[in-house]
Amino acid sequence: MTSGGVATGRLAVRHRLAERGIDRQLWLLLPALAFIGVLFLYPFLYGLGLSFQPAEGGFLASYQAFFTDPYQVGTVWNTLRLALPAALINVLAAVPIAHRMRGRFRGKRVLTTLLVVPITLGTVLTAQGLLNYLGPTGWFNRILLSTGLVDDPVRLTNNYWGVLFSLVITGFPFAFLLILAYLSGIDPTLERAAATLGADWRQRFRRITLPLLAPGLATTFCLTFVLAFSVFPSAILVGNPAGETRVISIAAYQAAYERFDFSLASAIAMVMAAVELGVIALVLLWRSTLYKGSTGGKG
Amino acid sequence: MSGLLETPTRPVPPSERHAQGAPRHRLVASPAAWLVWGAVVFFFVNLAGIVGSVLVSSFGTRWFGTWLPEGFTTDWYGSAWEDFNLLQVVLVTLQVSLLVVLLSVLIGAPAAYVLARRAFPGKRLLMLLFLLPVLMPPITYGIPLATVLYKYGLAGSVSGVVIANLVPSVPFVILTMTPFIEQINPTIESAARMCGASTRALFSRILAPLLVPGILAAAIIVLVRTVGMFELTFLTAGPTSQTLVVKLFTAMSAAGIRAQQGVDAMAVIYTTTMLVLLVVALRYVNPTQLVARVREAPED
Repeated sequence: MTSGGVATGRLAVRHRLAERGIDRQLWLLLPALAFIGVLFLYPFLYGLGLSFQPAEGGFLASYQAFFTDPYQVGTVWNTLRLALPAALINVLAAVPIAHRMRGRFRGKRVLTTLLVVPITLGTVLTAQGLLNYLGPTGWFNRILLSTGLVDDPVRLTNNYWGVLFSLVITGFPFAFLLILAYLSGIDPTLERAAATLGADWRQRFRRITLPLLAPGLATTFCLTFVLAFSVFPSAILVGNPAGETRVISIAAYQAAYERFDFSLASAIAMVMAAVELGVIALVLLWRSTLYKGSTGGKG
Repeated sequence: MSGLLETPTRPVPPSERHAQGAPRHRLVASPAAWLVWGAVVFFFVNLAGIVGSVLVSSFGTRWFGTWLPEGFTTDWYGSAWEDFNLLQVVLVTLQVSLLVVLLSVLIGAPAAYVLARRAFPGKRLLMLLFLLPVLMPPITYGIPLATVLYKYGLAGSVSGVVIANLVPSVPFVILTMTPFIEQINPTIESAARMCGASTRALFSRILAPLLVPGILAAAIIVLVRTVGMFELTFLTAGPTSQTLVVKLFTAMSAAGIRAQQGVDAMAVIYTTTMLVLLVVALRYVNPTQLVARVREAPED
């Protein structure tokens, strides 16, 4: 009797949970959840804890060491100075090109593939290519010199510009693909309706396409910013890793693997995460003020 | 360039005309179009210069301050293969990426199924949790993760590299597969249930065959990402567990010891591998579909 009562009680609980969307099928989430917990959350919190346990000094000593050393704090500015323009260039360059690519024309598939190909180059080939091509004796400078445009070779590698070019080359394909997808999700009849009402292409773009595209632009900006913000290999290879392109990931890496100060390294990693998430939060905050309804398209 | 192709001198095939609705007739491309295509051409010319200079250099003998190298040779490929022990590196790269693909699909696909089909309390929070590893720069969680892996003696081995690479891959599989699963009509599952299929039969006989394209898409993207993933592998790899990218980076940052052309040759090998992967990927994956997930993904 009692066991029957327990069983019906358990059944009732299960039934009530199922009504709220909780049942045994949710166990399928467990592997992924456990995985993220053990391999992402735990190390992250461990690092957070480690950053408050410096080898010497108070619990904030690692952060103090970072924020009082101008050479270290400067890395935040160095990183933002690279990542923000790179993300902006990628998004702004991708919009007109993707806009042109909306219609159907011969060779569209080939052109799309060509624009996406830089993904395969990887940071190292890009770095090597930039050093070869833009270097003082590279083809680019040879052309400039032989046409008489400049008298001395332009210095474009081993400084800020080399890293910026590398970020644009590797980030552009992603921005382009995303924006092409967003644009093809906008119903073209909306623009045609505006054209019927006498709007020229400038007005159509400003009043119709841009407002519908803006949320997509914000998302694309965030994703390319994430890519550019974690710049590490190219800052070392084509940049000037001791000077103007000493980005924050280099500072974190050096603290961990050259000075073996894991507390400082974790503190720098946390600062890095905070700065990046701060920028993303700002962009998403702005995005939340935008129209987010249907774009009327297939997307 | 291609803006000119919109001119009506070329007859538009009926199928194309139908699909587009009203074909656009424009005799001359507008100045804006010229500007855009000009910029694209400029980008490609420079890109060709960048790739071409590496390619030429990897086949060149001596190249100092001239337009082209003095002579051409294929020796660098052979010596790079020997010097950098590339056979082992390529084998490790293959091993790591295949393991990462397999494990991330096994872990991610069931979660993607639940997230696509069900509504439950805390779903938003869970989505955010799965999104975080994709949004964070790899270095930020890579350094603490490497520290933890070193603590448990896992770093420096192939398994450590696989574990580290799984962290962004599992969320990626979830984010890619969720829209795929949403496209499958749930009434098919209900019908199978009505015919008495158990959950296991439902997965193996109904869902798995329907999901093959989605699994392939996710697997290929994860493969491309893992082969190209530098930071996490760099932080966790030991001397015998380096993948191609990491080997390439260490070879290049230690430049001066070896000839530049050997590194060029290795970079060409790497890019060719990635190019093959990407072409295969584009056959199975529609980029537009890929991106649709990002739309709702972040924030509120």
